Amino acid sequence: MKFGVITFPGSNCDQDMIYVLETIMGFEVERLWHKDSSLKGADFIVLPGGFSYGDYLRSGAIASFSPIMKEVIAHAENGGYVLGICNGFQILCESKLLPGTLLHNDHQKFTCKNVYLKADNNASLINQGVGLDEVLKIPIAHAEGRFFAPDDLLSKIEHNNQVIYRYCDAEGNVTDEANPNGTLNNIAGVCNVGRNVFGMMPHPERAADLELGNIDGLRILESLVREVLV
Amino acid sequence: MEKIQKSEEVTVETAKELGLLAEEFEKIKEILGRTPNFTELSIYSVMWSEHCSYKNSIKWLKTLPKEGPHMLAEAGEENAGLVDIGDGLACCFKIESHNHPSALEPYQGAATGVGGINRDIFTMGARPIAQLNSLRFGDISLDRTKWLVKGVVKGIGNYGNSFGIPVVGGEVFFDECYNTNPLVNAMSAGIMDSGKMISATSYGVGNPVFIVGSSTGKDGIHGAAFASKDISEDSMEDLPAVQVGDPFQEKLLLEASLELAETDAIIGMQDMGAAGITCSTSEMSGKEGFGMIINLDEVPTRQEGMLPFEILLSESQERMLVVVKKGREAEVEAIFDKWDLNCKQIGEVTEGGRLEYFMGGEKVADVPAESLILGGGAPVYEREYKEPAYYADNKKFKIDQIKEPTDLKAVAKFLINHPNIASKKWIIEQYDTMVGTVNMSTNKPTDAGVVNLKGLNKALAFTVDCNARYVHADPEVGCAIAVAEAARNIVCSGGEPSAITNCLNFGNPYNPEVYWQFVGAIKGMSTACRKFETPVTGGNVSFYNQSMQEGVDVPVFPTPTIGMMGIVQDKKNITSLAFQNEGDAIYMIGAAQNDINSSEYLYAYHKVKQSPVPHFNLEEEFALQTTIKSLIKEDLIESAHDCADGGLFITLFEAGMANGFGFEIDTDSDFRKDAYLFGEAQSRVVVSVSAEQQEAFVEAMTASNVPFTMLGEVKGKNMIIDGEDFGTILESKAQFDSALENYLMK
Repeated sequence: MKFGVITFPGSNCDQDMIYVLETIMGFEVERLWHKDSSLKGADFIVLPGGFSYGDYLRSGAIASFSPIMKEVIAHAENGGYVLGICNGFQILCESKLLPGTLLHNDHQKFTCKNVYLKADNNASLINQGVGLDEVLKIPIAHAEGRFFAPDDLLSKIEHNNQVIYRYCDAEGNVTDEANPNGTLNNIAGVCNVGRNVFGMMPHPERAADLELGNIDGLRILESLVREVLV
Repeated sequence: MEKIQKSEEVTVETAKELGLLAEEFEKIKEILGRTPNFTELSIYSVMWSEHCSYKNSIKWLKTLPKEGPHMLAEAGEENAGLVDIGDGLACCFKIESHNHPSALEPYQGAATGVGGINRDIFTMGARPIAQLNSLRFGDISLDRTKWLVKGVVKGIGNYGNSFGIPVVGGEVFFDECYNTNPLVNAMSAGIMDSGKMISATSYGVGNPVFIVGSSTGKDGIHGAAFASKDISEDSMEDLPAVQVGDPFQEKLLLEASLELAETDAIIGMQDMGAAGITCSTSEMSGKEGFGMIINLDEVPTRQEGMLPFEILLSESQERMLVVVKKGREAEVEAIFDKWDLNCKQIGEVTEGGRLEYFMGGEKVADVPAESLILGGGAPVYEREYKEPAYYADNKKFKIDQIKEPTDLKAVAKFLINHPNIASKKWIIEQYDTMVGTVNMSTNKPTDAGVVNLKGLNKALAFTVDCNARYVHADPEVGCAIAVAEAARNIVCSGGEPSAITNCLNFGNPYNPEVYWQFVGAIKGMSTACRKFETPVTGGNVSFYNQSMQEGVDVPVFPTPTIGMMGIVQDKKNITSLAFQNEGDAIYMIGAAQNDINSSEYLYAYHKVKQSPVPHFNLEEEFALQTTIKSLIKEDLIESAHDCADGGLFITLFEAGMANGFGFEIDTDSDFRKDAYLFGEAQSRVVVSVSAEQQEAFVEAMTASNVPFTMLGEVKGKNMIIDGEDFGTILESKAQFDSALENYLMK
């Protein structure tokens, strides 16, 4: 299994993701540049967090037109795995690889803090290794993380078990108080119908190093590679 | 010699309008041997402004200790000082003010402050790893203050979050003295391989000079001159002097600059901050005695028809000047092309030390580089100073004038909800504190921000501190306290203080009473820095933080912000401020005093604005810190939190709150209870000790000769003092967390 982490101009979590995948988890990682026209043999593509192109338009809107995104879309359409974190999630929504969109937080502020998540189901690679009663402490850091989809699309996403993680409180209750940005149904992340493209606002790579005192994020990343690890 | 362009008649009146003194105009004529044209006069006006020349402060700044065992570059030599942190790495760090722009346009003012300080770091070839900020605002009940807080915080957040460096520490303080003049001080720290520093220098005749990064526009013209005068009702007319920031360009410039640092294709690089192209060309040239020919037609501009002085003085952000080794241009151009940034040759290095600027085929200015810069021809003044009357008045205060309140629980509640003490969560959560995955304090709160050095068993610790009320009460002792508190924060976190950077925010230096504060602060800083062996690596001076109020010039509190860096030699020494286990004993290390001087309690609760500085003795402080360091090394304590604003009670509350623990303690009847709980006498630290370590702890403390007192134990969920219940930690925390937001949204 070889990961490919894409750097867009303005990506700022690319090195953090590479550090976790390569140094902490021991995987091979290909560094991909947004102007590249090949995925260089990577099996699993990661779009990291940051502010691609400054996010001066809608977040992720310009990055979705980067040369490499053609390759990413083709890879995903062939069933290849893609994960977008934060800005990466926004880019995947803008590229139509994931349903819905991400709006400004309801409080209109950037917010960075630890929040709690729980897997909604075990239907996808990204949550199959996480128990449904497990509560994970994972940081968020975004201004536009309020997931939105029209009612009919939302009910399809819910019905298909495409919600991968939801925000909850420390005890695991999915409540309004635990919703950090006004996102619909406390949705923190979704996947596509084919369950090979995943996007989430929280940053598992920021909770993956024992030296920082929280490795709950590894539960999510290890779920992705469970078959490989086993 | 070619003819110099004459734009218009330049007189001493023109010079005065640009902020120069009549005597300075004469000196310029003497240097040039003729009357300058308007462009040249503009160049001198910015380079000789307070902001660039330090003309009213440099005499005293030179008395600060600059040498230390770990210094690689000393203050003033480079854009920021450089400290050897071992393992082949160096850390450079600096703090800078953006007060004047933030007073007019808080969002852009604060944003470009963050941009500017980060460029100072990466222009040296270091990758920024941590940011801090120190903010001062006026009375929080004023609408203007709320507008400034929201704008400044959003500006710092939007710029820093996009740029992608975590905020690991800071301070926020409210007082009516900052009503007109808020203070916005931003600090950045970076690390690099110690052999790879890029100098801000230029030499080698014929070497090409490049401008890289953003295009040049009309923003920020005369910004340096603007920062060198008082804020008044006319200041809104200076709005074009405020720059506009673009963090995306800065991020690209960072990555491109660091790729450039990996090559050996360049001679030197300097960022463009105050006074733009003028400052970077003169400072780079002036050092080595070389000159430059610069063709302003080649500078990429944002709009047509910019005049020579506008291009020269523009403070457009996210630009650098790079002197490249001749023949290596293509390598440099390829890097900037990769990052889609401008990279344009605008001139070359010449012999003889003159800066010659051309435009439209005409020579528009011709000045000797050395005559413009600090340490060269820029003026240096000695200012007179005089002790203000208030200083003697302060000393008249005696604690007996204050009757001890009967309800101390009400005082406790008042302090927990006071904006200077309450949680700054509403602000901090708008900053990305975790990007870079190095912030070790997120899940383990510490007095200083601890930053991981991945792959090493070391970490760095950073803090910014200054209680300006103490400095106002007594500049010399107050500033020594600021240094001591910074060092204490680093020591309590498990680090060794290494070096400091300072941001000196004062009123008008031509006011002898303001200058007395400045001189006192420098003296106090020198003494304390020598004691802690923490040299001053650099920093910035911001004068003219004052405004006319009812016909009188009112300066802000003298605010010499101290930014300190420390090294944690072994990560196992990192010590949290939070109580760890139910049943651990709580001790206070350091002596209690019958002292409420200059405390938040006296100032805000009793509304007594004049009193002396709190108790402080540098030798006691040093002994305390030495003891804390050895307790941590011997693994005898579970937590350490320094007593600061709000006194012992707030220290205990914060230590308990972090992990949801209550405490039971007893006060000492030898002291007034209000002084014991809320006084801010210095040199005290609250530690918690496990049952197994208690004997060894007491033995070590007895041997140390530093006073210590057993206060009680970590227990339950309530704050019990002398058997009285001061409330639950949970309820108090809820108030503490929401107080600031409640004030701001009122």
